[in-house]
Amino acid sequence: MVNIIWVMLTAIGILFAMINGTMNEVNEAIFNGAKEAVTLCIGLISILVFWLGMMRIAEDAGLLKKLAALFRPIVKRLFPEVPNDHPAMGYILSNMMANMFGLGNAATPLGIKAMEELKELNGGKNEASRSMITFLAINTSSLTLIPTTVIAIRMNYDSASPTDIVGPTLVATFCSTLAAIMIDRYFYYRRTRKG
Amino acid sequence: MEIVSVISLWFIPVLIGFILLYGTFKRVPTYESFVEGGKEGIKIAVSIIPFLVGMLVAISVFRASGALEYFMDYIRPGLEAIGVPPDIVPLAIIRPISGTAALGMTSDLIAVHGPDSFVGRLASVLQGSTDTTFYVLTVYFGAIGIKKMGDALKVGLLADLAGIIAAIIVVTLVFGSV
Repeated sequence: MVNIIWVMLTAIGILFAMINGTMNEVNEAIFNGAKEAVTLCIGLISILVFWLGMMRIAEDAGLLKKLAALFRPIVKRLFPEVPNDHPAMGYILSNMMANMFGLGNAATPLGIKAMEELKELNGGKNEASRSMITFLAINTSSLTLIPTTVIAIRMNYDSASPTDIVGPTLVATFCSTLAAIMIDRYFYYRRTRKG
Repeated sequence: MEIVSVISLWFIPVLIGFILLYGTFKRVPTYESFVEGGKEGIKIAVSIIPFLVGMLVAISVFRASGALEYFMDYIRPGLEAIGVPPDIVPLAIIRPISGTAALGMTSDLIAVHGPDSFVGRLASVLQGSTDTTFYVLTVYFGAIGIKKMGDALKVGLLADLAGIIAAIIVVTLVFGSV
């Protein structure tokens, strides 16, 4: 599926450029897109190194296990395939916490690490497991408690109350996360019925 | 709100201090552990470069060629029919595809309509209540080498749609329309 989407995006874009006469823009986009991606990854190195280093200490000290134990009742329902004291649980939870506090920077490394653990649980196959899709769904629906960037933008434009969107954002996030979980479940049951 | 900003300011440093002290207390070789974990970070960051380059180039080409705009015009009537305000439609479409573009659009909408207008608030809530599905998908699955994504993309995009609908309903209920 990725292959098709990827080729379609590029091919349709190039086709459009032929018709629209936007070849110049497309040429620029190719190199700027590549550059942006690398800049993004390089920027990620500092954060990845720091947080994965910190989290390794937390893991070695048994903190991740404690965290997992604390929230086990809730998360167990979301990820029934993950064994209780598996490190994946700890990373999933730390990722969720980081997201909730708007620490997107810290959330990404933890999310990747959680995915890695989930892959191992799945026997190292290159196929997305049920838990991986659930985890992804929760992540894409965003769990932000405090949308710091948006508040900053609103302040920039002299909002009378930059933070009055915090409550609505919270409710909307809650709804979208709930919906994501339900959508994920729906697809899971559809898959299992077929298979 | 004071409390909230204080918490977000204190959270990371306090968390770091706590992890370090707790690790020392549990006799973990903290510095060695940190370095070991950090090494993994470099590996991950480098390994996602090809995935992001591929995806971002495709998305940039799609956008720069004018194809995105064309498709937006195509989808717009459908979205408007379910009550999405026309001004917000481009943002709703771009949000799952490109995080930076979405942030740019949000600030643009806030600048043009004012932060305390209906559109400004809706853009703000929308920005906060959904995430860049393509980015999360590429980075997470790319880093660990998942080739068969299964229903992941469908689930992610539908979740985004749910987030957009939720944002519109909530903002309309809280602030009233227009």
